[in-house]
Amino acid sequence: MTKEETSFERDDMQIDGHDTERLQVGKIPGGFCAEHLKVYYGKLFPYADMYRWLSYGNDGKHPACDHSYFARREISYTFENDIFMRYQSFNNASDMENSIRDKCPLKIDIGPVYSVEPSKRHAYAQSGNNVFVPVERELIFDIDMSDYDDVRYCCSGADVCLDCWPLMTVAIKVLDTALRDDFGFNHILWVYSGRRGVHCWVCDGRARRLSNEQRSSIADYFRVYKGGENNVKRVNLTGQVLHPFLARSYTNVLKGFFEEKLLTVQNLFAYEERSQKVLEIIPDESIASELHDRWQGNRRSSISKEDVNVVRWEQLKHVLQSGKQKGLRRCVEEIVFTYTYPRLDVEVSKHMNHLLKAPFCVHPKTGRVCVPIDPSDCDNFDPTTAPTLSELLEELNNSMRSESEEEWERTSLGKSIKFFRSSFLSPLLKSCKEEMENLYNSKAKQSKNALDW
Amino acid sequence: MEIVRSQRKVADAAAPPGLSLYRSAPAVEVRLEDFELYSIHRLRVLQGISDGLSRGKKPEEMEKLVKELWRTHMRHQDPSEDMNKDIISHFVLRLVYCRTEELRKWFLSMETALFRYRFRLESPESQRTLMSEFQLPYKSISHAEFEAVKDKLNQVARSTGQLSNALISINLCYMQAPFEEVPDLVANRRVFLLKGFAYVAMTQVVSLVSTHFRSIVSKALVLTNRKWTSTIRDKEKNRLTPIVEALSTSYLGPDYSQPKDFSEISLKDIDRLANSSFPLCMRHLFDKLRENHHLKHGGRMQLGLFLKGVGLRLEDALLFWKSEFSQKVGPEKFDKEYAYSIRHNYGKEGKRTDYTPYSCQKIISSTPSVGDHHGCPYRHFSEENLRAALGKMGVGGRSVDDILDKVRNRHYQIACTLTFEAIHAASCDTGINHPNQYFDASQKILQNKSQTTS
Repeated sequence: MTKEETSFERDDMQIDGHDTERLQVGKIPGGFCAEHLKVYYGKLFPYADMYRWLSYGNDGKHPACDHSYFARREISYTFENDIFMRYQSFNNASDMENSIRDKCPLKIDIGPVYSVEPSKRHAYAQSGNNVFVPVERELIFDIDMSDYDDVRYCCSGADVCLDCWPLMTVAIKVLDTALRDDFGFNHILWVYSGRRGVHCWVCDGRARRLSNEQRSSIADYFRVYKGGENNVKRVNLTGQVLHPFLARSYTNVLKGFFEEKLLTVQNLFAYEERSQKVLEIIPDESIASELHDRWQGNRRSSISKEDVNVVRWEQLKHVLQSGKQKGLRRCVEEIVFTYTYPRLDVEVSKHMNHLLKAPFCVHPKTGRVCVPIDPSDCDNFDPTTAPTLSELLEELNNSMRSESEEEWERTSLGKSIKFFRSSFLSPLLKSCKEEMENLYNSKAKQSKNALDW
Repeated sequence: MEIVRSQRKVADAAAPPGLSLYRSAPAVEVRLEDFELYSIHRLRVLQGISDGLSRGKKPEEMEKLVKELWRTHMRHQDPSEDMNKDIISHFVLRLVYCRTEELRKWFLSMETALFRYRFRLESPESQRTLMSEFQLPYKSISHAEFEAVKDKLNQVARSTGQLSNALISINLCYMQAPFEEVPDLVANRRVFLLKGFAYVAMTQVVSLVSTHFRSIVSKALVLTNRKWTSTIRDKEKNRLTPIVEALSTSYLGPDYSQPKDFSEISLKDIDRLANSSFPLCMRHLFDKLRENHHLKHGGRMQLGLFLKGVGLRLEDALLFWKSEFSQKVGPEKFDKEYAYSIRHNYGKEGKRTDYTPYSCQKIISSTPSVGDHHGCPYRHFSEENLRAALGKMGVGGRSVDDILDKVRNRHYQIACTLTFEAIHAASCDTGINHPNQYFDASQKILQNKSQTTS
């Protein structure tokens, strides 16, 4: 599910059919209600941090600062029954804070930075054509658990549990490493989407300035999973060896995860219909049916000490790897990729004008806050213990505020905000400052040269 | 561009004889007949490239195709005029294709493809000369750098099947470029990436060069457009403007965004028509919609715009989609969430652009994901599913084998054409380029048949 959280723009909305999805204040055990949200926006939402992030250093006093930068950013609100308010924009942190407190939206989305202030786009439109275009946007990724429904048997659709969540952890590891090591990005923010997925914001200047074509090329670099509902074999790995990126992902992350966790946790070979699904990936029918027959015979094998999934996987690997055909060797890898490789909603990443839910929003169905995830410690992130709105309010009520503290410091949100600041925001702003300084100096030099001439 | 010009000498003497970067307009006098004729010849080349790409031809096949097209259309009887013909026709088409975003996009893609394959055909020396003309700011990597990443470079080369087991030697020079400059190589994982830099082999520099070529032409097109609207159009009102305007329409193929007056279809006929005259891609979407009462966004766009092109009026379209979707999501949700995008397709909401039905090229290059049914069945279905789908359409026996054979060679549009021929028992000489063309051609045949029998 993506469109609940992101929506593709043609200048209006696309709303995709996620049939049961509609933003409604759900009845959740934690008790989510508009009143609680008001308190959250009043006392806990980190406006100042969001403002400093989205200003990218342009809120300072340096002569190279572009003071219109933050004001050209689109912020969008969603209210009950999917009522959207697009193209909001604000001059500063307090404007944004006042508006959010006042409107109390169920969801806040962040769009691109446009050529002119989104809220004044109509005024600009009269003065000529095409002036209202996106000019900068973080490179974003959206990974949603519901896209993994054919490989997880514990939950489906909107649900997640600790049996399937590690698929997200794997996605974070694979992408985060590649974004840093291959593409050289440094300022990457991972955020829990509040229910069953993760969002990724790549915030380096270089990433924000990518063209749509360049974004597409990155999305395609990551895309292994191809073909829609009508193609059984969805992962097709060709070539004698794997590209270094795929090879690294396979040996460092995917293989171990598949063999040590997914295989047994999801019982991939314990039932006929599940093992059949794996066998369908094997292009050689005689081998597939040979394995099928073998497993049919000793259903609950006599060597009961060992896990049936592990035994059958080893058998399958043995048959495929001892085979003479080259294509079959690759097949082991293809099965692992099919089951574990990150499934991206590539459309989200390809265009600058996609919206993506802001960090620190509260998911209206679960009441959970969209908190940052530390990619270097993502194994320990547990979505079922992410702070909920009602817990936070209780923590507020149960403790006294000391003079010097901010409200959030007394709650379990404090940890997340501190992490956001120390691991993401300060290094980001430091490099923004450097970039600005360099740009300014090189421009100054240029203009000096021009004068010399 | 002016047609009679003589202030500068023809092309730089230093430029390699084969390939031009089209930095400046030709400094020769051009006769009006040549003006038109040359550009028609070049258009044939570009059109041929467009066809080749939409058939999913491999790079080697494209190289051959471009060579062939160029030889057939762009040779001048006087070889010394070849270069002029090349440059003149390019500049004329700039004028022709500068005028709208869509025209610019098409021209830019085709010219870049043309440049790309012509560059590949050049000798290494003239490639190097061209590179230096571009003044690309990249340096070759040093021996030490090469040693450090040698294994990875080898791995990439082998993963793309460029080299069998042969080790890359230092002779095979590599350049380091920001990954942003070689999007095609990144997208296909044909380069090794390290910390934001792509290691581009000498054999791949064509990617770097075409990125630069593309940006030069892209900027030039915007400027040309400005000049065209501000001065040339009026100044040349009686001479060049009519030629220019005719050139862009005559070769783009028919416009399917507006249904023709006579071809309006009504809701009660839609099932019959789907059965008889929808191409497989649309029929599959149509069947899935009837079956699941739902389609994801990609499917709604592909089928919705097709139906618009076929002549389904907005009111009927709303009824049609509603009758299906409301079975799944309820009428209220349909009105709230889906009706908008249908009106949008008809240009009644948002930007109010009248959206054009997708062409085969667009459909073939789409990337359906989990739960999606759009795309080109010949390309995106597995062989078993395609076989079954063809069977459902009543295609069997030898025809299926012929079709699958085309599919294996990635001639998706030819496969579709063969399907058309098998179903209608009639030939389709033009080939299928557009789902709406398939529909029109099918209707034409069926109407003729019913006339002859009645």
